[in-house]
Amino acid sequence: MLLNQFLILGALLFSVGVYGVLARRNGVMVLMSIELMLNAVNINLVVFGVQHGVVSGQVFALFVIAVAAAEVGVGLAIVLLLYRNRTSIDVEDFDLMRG
Amino acid sequence: MVAQNIFFGIIAAIVIVSALRMVTTRNIVHAALYLVAVLGGLGALYILLTAEFVATTQVLVYIGAVMVLFLFGIMLTKAPLGNVMEMTGAQWPIAAVVSVLLGGVTICSLMDHFGSDRLVTDGPIFRTADVSDEVFSTYIIPFEAISVLLLAALIGAIVLARKD
Amino acid sequence: MWMLENAFLIPLVPAISFVVILFFGKRFIGANRVHIVGITALGLVWVLSAVAAFQWTQRVENPSPDAIVEMATHGGDHGDDHDADHGDDHDADLAVVSTDHSGGEHGGGHSSPLIGPVISTFSQWWSNGGIEFAVGTLVDGLTVLLLIVVASISLLVHIYSTEYVKDDRRYVHYYAFLSLFTAAMLFFVMAQNIVQLIVGWELVGVCSFVLIGHWWEEKPNTDAALKAFLTNRVGDIGLLVGMIVLWGTFQTFDIDAINTLISADPGAHHLALLVAACCLMAAVASKSGQFPLHTWLPDAMAGPTPVSALIHAATMVVAGVYMIARLYPVFYEGLSIGTSSINLMAFIGGFTALIGAGLAFAQWDIKKVLAYSTVSQLGYMVMALGVGAWTAAIFHLFTHAFFKACLFLGAGSVSHAAHHTFDMRKMGGLKKAMPHTYRTFVIASLALAGIFPFAGFWSKDEILLGSLVGQKNSYPLMLIFGCAVAFMTAAYMTRVIWYTFHGEFRGHGQPHESPKMMTVPLWILAGMAVLGGVFNLPGPVLEPFGLEGLAHRIQTYAEPSVYLSGLGISHPDPSLNMALVGLALAVSGILVTYLYYWRRIGLHGLTERNSYAKNGYTFLENKYYLDHLYNDVIVKTVKRPIANWANRVNQNVLDRAVDKAGETARDTGRWIYKWVDQGVIDGSVNAAARGADSSGEGLRVIQSGKVQNYGQLLFGSAAVLAIVFVIVV
Repeated sequence: MLLNQFLILGALLFSVGVYGVLARRNGVMVLMSIELMLNAVNINLVVFGVQHGVVSGQVFALFVIAVAAAEVGVGLAIVLLLYRNRTSIDVEDFDLMRG
Repeated sequence: MVAQNIFFGIIAAIVIVSALRMVTTRNIVHAALYLVAVLGGLGALYILLTAEFVATTQVLVYIGAVMVLFLFGIMLTKAPLGNVMEMTGAQWPIAAVVSVLLGGVTICSLMDHFGSDRLVTDGPIFRTADVSDEVFSTYIIPFEAISVLLLAALIGAIVLARKD
Repeated sequence: MWMLENAFLIPLVPAISFVVILFFGKRFIGANRVHIVGITALGLVWVLSAVAAFQWTQRVENPSPDAIVEMATHGGDHGDDHDADHGDDHDADLAVVSTDHSGGEHGGGHSSPLIGPVISTFSQWWSNGGIEFAVGTLVDGLTVLLLIVVASISLLVHIYSTEYVKDDRRYVHYYAFLSLFTAAMLFFVMAQNIVQLIVGWELVGVCSFVLIGHWWEEKPNTDAALKAFLTNRVGDIGLLVGMIVLWGTFQTFDIDAINTLISADPGAHHLALLVAACCLMAAVASKSGQFPLHTWLPDAMAGPTPVSALIHAATMVVAGVYMIARLYPVFYEGLSIGTSSINLMAFIGGFTALIGAGLAFAQWDIKKVLAYSTVSQLGYMVMALGVGAWTAAIFHLFTHAFFKACLFLGAGSVSHAAHHTFDMRKMGGLKKAMPHTYRTFVIASLALAGIFPFAGFWSKDEILLGSLVGQKNSYPLMLIFGCAVAFMTAAYMTRVIWYTFHGEFRGHGQPHESPKMMTVPLWILAGMAVLGGVFNLPGPVLEPFGLEGLAHRIQTYAEPSVYLSGLGISHPDPSLNMALVGLALAVSGILVTYLYYWRRIGLHGLTERNSYAKNGYTFLENKYYLDHLYNDVIVKTVKRPIANWANRVNQNVLDRAVDKAGETARDTGRWIYKWVDQGVIDGSVNAAARGADSSGEGLRVIQSGKVQNYGQLLFGSAAVLAIVFVIVV
């Protein structure tokens, strides 16, 4: 197996995640796309851990998973709050910072 | 080797296709299910890479916990369950260009740098016990920090989401 | 010698007091009782300082073998004798080997043998790239003298303030920062290396800023605080650069090592020393109010009067003078011009003394008169240091601290009685109403004017003597400056006394004497103004009484001969003629003013009649237009081109680039503009958005407020940058 096939899979997933974050209008969908990006990073961590024969890669992948869980919790709470206040989770509605 | 390559091909195809469908589907519940497929595929990939504990955690945390959270989020926000709302914004071409650019440059530099490096397959294999040794010795302080972060996130989520 | 080795305890006490007052003051002690903590701490500091002073005198009188600095061989090759491992952890008594053999035993007041300072290095503070920064204390006669001055004045100011700032809304704050200031100043004077000097220097600057702006509700006070702080920043840059140059030259931060190295070989490194000394001189000018950075000091009088007395008259402003004295070889060697012994420092000091005294005539605010007087007297000290009269400068620092603090506290007492005004036109005739304030003020004024036998007479006489005979009689100009200032000082102080205490009362209400808490410190300070001179009386004065042994005590104890002996500084013999001339000048100054005001003799109304005199007066009233120079000329010429240029860049470059980049986003932005306009009514967010709107009209188009647009820009630019890197690298 080539090292690159994993890395390129990660890169592709990351790009797809970026597209989702930038293009999707639903707040929950944006959060899901962020999960996609985080997972793309995890692939790289695990693959490089294997490549260099160290366990740190896996450990950091676990840390990323934990952080992702925290992020989803807070992110969804924010989406819920937005929904309750604005009865919408369309991220294009939230542009109070418009210049 | 051949078997592994075949499995990798299958998994990668599932993952990529599901990911693409996830960001393009017009039904949010479908999107969530595609995400399950992506995450599951990645779990299988971790098994392929001999990272058994990460794979287990991936299934438990992502598919078990995070996905449930997402489904709750979808239900609680009463998101239109069908094709009622346009799921993709008007600016999707820009987003597509940006992500293609980003992916293109990353892949180009990866090809440039790693070329045809082979994955080391005869390296040490780390079991769950090895991972736990590492977490509770070298990375004990980051581990504690993560646990505090989770607590903070828990409290923060409650504070944000409670009704008053 | 325990106290000398553990001198760090002295600044520690007020530092603890600061923390206690600030964090526990209101809650546990009670807001109106915090002064007890401060006064207790300062009392303790005073006792410790007195013990340290006593132990230092013991060390000089009966030096133990390790206190004596070994005399090295003749000639100039002493550098290698120097004990190089200053960074190491040694507890005490690192006697440094060095210095010229200046001819065996000396007679008179010159101390022999040479007594080394007590240096204690406690620990490495931190190290970076092989350079180690130590923390420690350096205690010698100069340090001990400053300890006594700071502790005494600070203690008296603490006591005085209980009455003066009574019921102030930030009473706790006030006492906390008085404590912090005292701690910082004490830390500063016992700094063992130049890094510690910088730390102490900045700390006292911050305390000064906080205390000047104590009543920050009024705009002039905050302005004055800012002005003081910013002016000091100008000097701080000099300090930093100077210290870096010093380190680059000698590869050490250790003050003792630097002084010893220069003293051992005065001729070496002249250029580096010149650069370092010039930079440090800027710092001195800003902190000690020397020309041309003195303008902040009079404005600093916006702070509470006890603060002015403590910080802006007696202690902090002498930090610059102290630094010259501490790093004297650097300044003395660095600023001496060529092989002649003319010294730039002397000129700056003399000039400052002269213009400060001139400005003091044109002020109506009693505190500003005193402030300019302080500028002038600090100039005197710097001048003395410049002409090589080290002891005279430090002696003057010592006496000046007491009588100037007395004058300031007296002015505070007057304003306390006369409805918080400092305008002398609203005073007058207070002599009867406030006998204690009047008497102490007159005593301190006489001391400042230099009338026999008050403290100022002795110290000023020594400075004049130093400029007369210092360095092969090469300072006639300084002598003229000194004499003129002596005359002017006596004259403007008489003017102040006339306007404040004599004549008719011009204010309203009934003036009254201040309470005991204020008059007692005044009397103590007045006592010091009378007696301060005895610490350095010249020998001939004491001979008739058989007390020659007590002559020149400050010179004996405080002068760091270890560092100075290599510089060829002589001690002039006391001259009766010089003393008589100085006294005559002061008396005539008083006399002329007395005749002018009391007897109405002289050219009254000259400024109204004569256009030249009038112009001169206006010139003085506008403080030589220095503030105008700084604000209107320098700031504006610098500010306007930069502003114009920035505007042009904004208009031409940024606008266009942004327009092009955000073409697509702009269409969406316009659409959103229409669509959201009615929907969004949120005052605070709108206000914030409006602020952004007016500041970045050109950037508005991409500020759609939508996270995803920002995300597109972020990821897009990241991708573009990545492509650039891939192509380039």
